[in-house]
Amino acid sequence: MNFGLSESQQILKNNARKFFAVECPVSEVRRIMETESAHDEKLWRSMAEQGFPGVLIPEDSGGMGLGMVELAALAEEMGRALVPGPFLATLLAGAAIEAAGSKKHLAEIASGEKKATLALLESGASWNPDAVAMEGLTGEKMFVPDAGVADVIVVAARDRGDLALYTVYGDSVQRTAMPGVDLTRRLYKVNFAGARGELLARGEAAGSALDRALDIATVTLCAEMTGGMQRVMEMAVEYAKTRKQFGKPIGQYQAVQHQCADMLIWTESSRSAAYYAAWALDNHAADARAAVSVAKVYASDACRETGNRGVQVQGGMGFTWENDVHLYYRRAKASESAFGDATFHRERIARLIIDRMNASSAVGV
Amino acid sequence: MDLNLTPQELAFRDEVRAWFAANVPKDWVKRRNAEESMEARFTYLRAWQRKMFDAGWAGVSWPKEYGGRGATLMEQVIFIEEMARAEAPPMANVLGLGLIGPTIIAYGNDAQKKRYLAKILSAEEIWCQGFSEPNAGSDLAALSSEGKLNGNAFIVNGQKIWNSYGWAADWCELVVRTDPSVEKHKGLTVLLVDMKSRGVEVRPLKQMTGESEFCELFFRDVRVPVENVVGKVNDGWRVAMGTLMHERGTFGAGLQVNYRRNFNRLVEIAHQMKRTGDPLVRQKLAQAYTEIEVMRFNQMRAFSRINETGVPGPEGSIQKIFWSELNQRFQQMAQEILGPYGQLAHGAPEAIDEGQWAYGYLRSRGNTIEAGTSEIQRNIIGHFVLGLPKSY
Repeated sequence: MNFGLSESQQILKNNARKFFAVECPVSEVRRIMETESAHDEKLWRSMAEQGFPGVLIPEDSGGMGLGMVELAALAEEMGRALVPGPFLATLLAGAAIEAAGSKKHLAEIASGEKKATLALLESGASWNPDAVAMEGLTGEKMFVPDAGVADVIVVAARDRGDLALYTVYGDSVQRTAMPGVDLTRRLYKVNFAGARGELLARGEAAGSALDRALDIATVTLCAEMTGGMQRVMEMAVEYAKTRKQFGKPIGQYQAVQHQCADMLIWTESSRSAAYYAAWALDNHAADARAAVSVAKVYASDACRETGNRGVQVQGGMGFTWENDVHLYYRRAKASESAFGDATFHRERIARLIIDRMNASSAVGV
Repeated sequence: MDLNLTPQELAFRDEVRAWFAANVPKDWVKRRNAEESMEARFTYLRAWQRKMFDAGWAGVSWPKEYGGRGATLMEQVIFIEEMARAEAPPMANVLGLGLIGPTIIAYGNDAQKKRYLAKILSAEEIWCQGFSEPNAGSDLAALSSEGKLNGNAFIVNGQKIWNSYGWAADWCELVVRTDPSVEKHKGLTVLLVDMKSRGVEVRPLKQMTGESEFCELFFRDVRVPVENVVGKVNDGWRVAMGTLMHERGTFGAGLQVNYRRNFNRLVEIAHQMKRTGDPLVRQKLAQAYTEIEVMRFNQMRAFSRINETGVPGPEGSIQKIFWSELNQRFQQMAQEILGPYGQLAHGAPEAIDEGQWAYGYLRSRGNTIEAGTSEIQRNIIGHFVLGLPKSY
């Protein structure tokens, strides 16, 4: 058993860190987040040159054909750098198309020519696919990530009662921004009246493709959150070492030091859970779906709390616009609810684990 | 990254699993909750260790040359997990096997290894530790028990507390101050003390659970020959820290299995009590499942890292904080689910699981204190992992 990254996985992670340090320093993040769509085509193109949008897409469709652990390593670095734009949205849509057994748009997604997203939520805002009510390509979807720049939108809807997935061209629908706290990743309301598109899958095939895509995107998000937490902790620790009050660095006071220790515990634990879930998905482990929810339950609470402590340790400075911690704090809030918050995933664990252990079952491990 | 067991690890697991399946005493699970004198219980556990020793399963982590199995770290973890999974009794000489034997192997001389190690493995001689004192708990280096050199022996005076197994022990790994004139960490020495020596007194210390897991030890002019010094005189801090590192190393591996068993049992009870339709109960159970799983993943990662670096590091503090605080939350949640039944103690006819939930709740209160308090663990993380200035 070996929980560490392999040499090639570590190289990929190191290279990603170097790449984003050059291509996406925080000054660029701040510039891009002030734009209308929080998307920068130049950054996207250079990410595409590295093959990032096609990490999971098979080689015969023009992607890198790598696994979830590699994707988690990359996502961790993207979270650390707070990379803005439609990477996660595109990943989610690409995973749904591939899981549905289609190759449609995949080559263009892998090459960076097309950006994509997936429209699931409606006004009830439930992440449970059972809650999808929109009949065909009519009506409205909400909270669709980065739909404003998406060339392709995968849409979950009903086809005579059955769940169905459609691929729709972004320029054929009406997209309205839903401004939120995360400035680096935008949400949209999408009206599908007059949409041009095709059926991707229906019935069980649509349900399982959607489940698979959500699991992949959720684990990727958890790894990304871990990278963000790591950076927030580093900023707080650095500040605690240098900021002096009463003649001592504030990090010498246990009230401050212990908050930093908690940030480490949460960050490392989120990391363990995210990578375990990534490995479990890749290897079709029996507990893979529960592991995804475990990772999201843990990271949702841990990422928010790490943000809280990250601001608290830096005091008044942490509350300023100028300090970068609020950028992470904002994203933590959006990431907490994306693909279901801790409450949603705890209920999912209850269904996957607790409901399957009935009252008369023998207690075994 | 590959979380599957290797073929060798799988073969080892199967061998261990088969041995436990055939040899774990069938009466143990019932017996462990039964009323029984500590002496009778200990005789039973000593016989169990002897059985494991005869089959070559005592000292799995020890090098082969000292009678162990020379298992890799992963094999040790597998062994501990399988032992917990089989609900095997603990071994009588748990401190000797886990902490003191490895300390003697690392720091002892050849004569000491020859004299003590075999009898630790066979449970012929039981060991305890004399570290904490009434005025030296978290600040262990401030201890004041003294050892004064007099000819070829140290004369030991002082008091130790929170000592496990003292009432049963034949020997004690004792830390004393041998040079009060130097900085506190530099004047300590580790001695191996025969508990039958004149001047040693053992008093049981009753805990809030009603049990006496711990003792107080009193030393009055106890004579300890100089050949019983482990390592060098006044180098005891290094030796004692080596011992404590073992305490924070693989220890958690069995806990994770036990926690999962407790969780499964609690879900079973919650189903029987028709509580699992309550959304709040579902949330709480799922949160407990999450935490137990994350503890398991953290441990896998930590063991994997120790496997590469060779030594348990200060990251062990993360595990210690995690398992202790998790168990306190879990036991509290169990109380909420069991309602009024949760408080029923051993002996109450209506008690669920013979009162183990009431006991578990009280016992868990000690978790964030024993083996280094949560506060000390956070100091260790702050200073040794994050590089913040030392706060004390």
